[in-house]
Amino acid sequence: MWPYLIRRILAVIPVLLVVSIIVFLMLRLTPGDPASNIAGDAATTEDIAKLRVQLGLEEPLPVQFAIYIKNLLRGDFGESFYYKRSVISMIGDSVEPTLSLALFTIVIACVIAVPFGTLAAFKQGSWLDRIVMGFSVVGFSVPVFVIGYVLIYIFSVKLDWFPVQGYQNLSEGIAGWAYRLILPSLALSVIFIALIARMTRTSVLEVLNEDYIRTAKAKGLSQTRVLLKHALRNAAVPIVTVIGIAIAILMSGVVVTESVFVIPGLGSLTLDAIQGRDYPTVQALIILFSVVYVMINLFIDLLYTLLDPRIRY
Amino acid sequence: MKLIKTALRKITLGVATSLLLMGTAQAESVLRVNMHSDLKIVDPIWTTAYMSRNYGYMVYDTLFSIDTSGTVQPQMVDTHTISEDGLTYDFTLREGLMFHDDQPVTSADVIASLKRWGAKDAMGQKMMTFVSEMSATGDNSFQIKLNEPTGLVLQALGKPSSNVPFIMPERIAATDPGEQITEYIGSGPFVFLEDEWKPGDKAEFAKFEGYVPRDEPGDGLAGGKVVNVDKVVWQVIRDQQTKMNALSKGEIDVIESPAHDLLPLMEEDENIQLVDLNPFGNQYTFRFNQLHPPFDNAKVRQALLYAFDQEEFLYAAIGDEKYFKLCKAMFICDTPIETEIGFEDKLQGNIEKAKELLKEAGYDGTPVLLMHPTDLAVLEPLPPVAKSIMEKIGMKVDMQAMDWQTLVGRRNKQETPAEGGWNAFITSWNSVDNASPLTTPFLNAACDKALFGWPCDEEIQSLRDEFSREPDSAAQLAIIEKIQQRVSEAPTHVHLGQWYQPHAMSVKVSGAPVSPVPVFWGYSKAE
Repeated sequence: MWPYLIRRILAVIPVLLVVSIIVFLMLRLTPGDPASNIAGDAATTEDIAKLRVQLGLEEPLPVQFAIYIKNLLRGDFGESFYYKRSVISMIGDSVEPTLSLALFTIVIACVIAVPFGTLAAFKQGSWLDRIVMGFSVVGFSVPVFVIGYVLIYIFSVKLDWFPVQGYQNLSEGIAGWAYRLILPSLALSVIFIALIARMTRTSVLEVLNEDYIRTAKAKGLSQTRVLLKHALRNAAVPIVTVIGIAIAILMSGVVVTESVFVIPGLGSLTLDAIQGRDYPTVQALIILFSVVYVMINLFIDLLYTLLDPRIRY
Repeated sequence: MKLIKTALRKITLGVATSLLLMGTAQAESVLRVNMHSDLKIVDPIWTTAYMSRNYGYMVYDTLFSIDTSGTVQPQMVDTHTISEDGLTYDFTLREGLMFHDDQPVTSADVIASLKRWGAKDAMGQKMMTFVSEMSATGDNSFQIKLNEPTGLVLQALGKPSSNVPFIMPERIAATDPGEQITEYIGSGPFVFLEDEWKPGDKAEFAKFEGYVPRDEPGDGLAGGKVVNVDKVVWQVIRDQQTKMNALSKGEIDVIESPAHDLLPLMEEDENIQLVDLNPFGNQYTFRFNQLHPPFDNAKVRQALLYAFDQEEFLYAAIGDEKYFKLCKAMFICDTPIETEIGFEDKLQGNIEKAKELLKEAGYDGTPVLLMHPTDLAVLEPLPPVAKSIMEKIGMKVDMQAMDWQTLVGRRNKQETPAEGGWNAFITSWNSVDNASPLTTPFLNAACDKALFGWPCDEEIQSLRDEFSREPDSAAQLAIIEKIQQRVSEAPTHVHLGQWYQPHAMSVKVSGAPVSPVPVFWGYSKAE
């Protein structure tokens, strides 16, 4: 296992190199000029040209790339073109809201989706199964911003139970932190509930037709024990894969939800950075997201060995 | 079970504590404002971005400011005299002016600040061509000597929009104008709370207890800047619907630029009031790129002056007549320099005349690359209107959709449209920027030194120069008429009418000053 783990971690290096090259080139080759944005509408061509020199954008691309890679190897992701702050500190400020939102969303999604998906499989064709499948279709089809608006309208505007927007840092109190995360997490979890419930149902259905389930039932085990110990555990690998993908998606910033509920997370930071062509910030964010994706995939692969003893690396 | 009970008790206690804390925060009197954009750059001299200008008015003070009639009034200056020959200006600062680090404002700070501003700002650069010397005549008095008389000095020092001549401490103002400052100390009515600034989330300003307002009542940007709240928080909310809901529920107090399509809903909301604070509004402008055909031909440009109908543009973009105004005056309606001269028969959709001019110009069907920003609600509807009108008069139009930032990058490219350049786009200016021939950015016709579009017109330049030397307002108006006449023959841009952007505010908020720039003194908030 250890050689495998080391191999996988080392494999991150070429991945990051490729990602760095792609993101560097994409930013420079797509239209838009950070200097023009920063200088403002009334800036002259001369002012903008001076600013481009200051920002290092007038250097030939290979030189810019060499500087970028050199700084990257030293762990220096640079300063935001706009805020004159270290990109790492800006990302650091945005991680907590996104992580909190991801955590809440995934917990809500798992707590609801896994039991209902399992029950839907167990009661295949019943009204419960139809409701779960119907919800899945709706959950996939309705955009998250619509769900967000509806939740805000009902629970904030009409019932006044929750604030319309805003995030509170965990350091300012756990109650306020949790309270402000409920609505955005609910809105965001709908699609993941749909996804995970559907995957759970399919996986459990497959397992329920296996011989060992029949044997377990024949042994006289209770339905709950059959479902939890024999069916769900054996169906867990694809479910965990989907949950892992969901976490990776959530960690890479959920732009629409963060925008509707005004959560200053990685999604908002990414959106702002892309809109403003803030190259250092976009580059650092994309590299961070790549690391997150790779690490979550690795974690899931390792988790497989716990869930299915037949899997060995 | 016991564990669950304990956890529930803790959560309840936490909620109660949070509510108590919320109560305390409200007692502090905090004005929560959603500005039109996030604050990104905290140096209002280094950039011309409006958000940096707005930030400047919070943190810094100005020597002079304009009132609601557009007249320049002293602000930091107590008294000033102009010598009979018009060559020497003497100024004395008000008593009690202090920076946020408790240091007094001195004439050395003023001179250093004016030098930095004069090196960066277009009007400042113009003013400095007349200045032979700036010197301190005492700790709180200074003198500006000119090499020839001009009416420009006070106008420039009271310039309301980017770049505004804000006064900074000498050590900060000594920063190269091409570099950003790194210390945020001013003598304005609010202190910037740097530690509370979270880019993309919020910027906070505390009332500066050491600020001494003028005795006169506030009037526009002039008069006493009396602060009635303890703190102002600029909160970033991107989603328009969320902004409205947050305002309605009292989570924020002011929206600087609510979307026009939500205004009817806000009008019906009993918790919201709509207040138009900028009497001059904004001006839409169609900009030509004169480097390339077909707009290198004055007759083609003039054809559009005849073809365009302000009403069509304003209905498409704004819709409600309450919020727009047809205005043929280049330098804004309702100002002392308002005149229609040159544009009497234009801007009202004369398609036949436009066709005639195109024919005379020998327009050969060269397609016009019209940039179409699709992500800004106030601009997005305009290019399709322009395209439709241009096609009606027989022009070919290649309208390319892009986001605003792409447009901003592309408009600085001087290459041909086929090589990544452009022919035309539409934008909007705060009207105060366009209220004088010297500040109107698109009127600068200094070829390579002009703004994107690069008009090259000696006559316009010489008239602007004449205007800057003319101290008499009647004579200035005569020059403006000549400028408009010239622009109507060889247009640098087309003004497509004025529009107004009301602020949306909580009904608990009052005292907002009428001003072309959003400022936050004067505001009171009822609990």
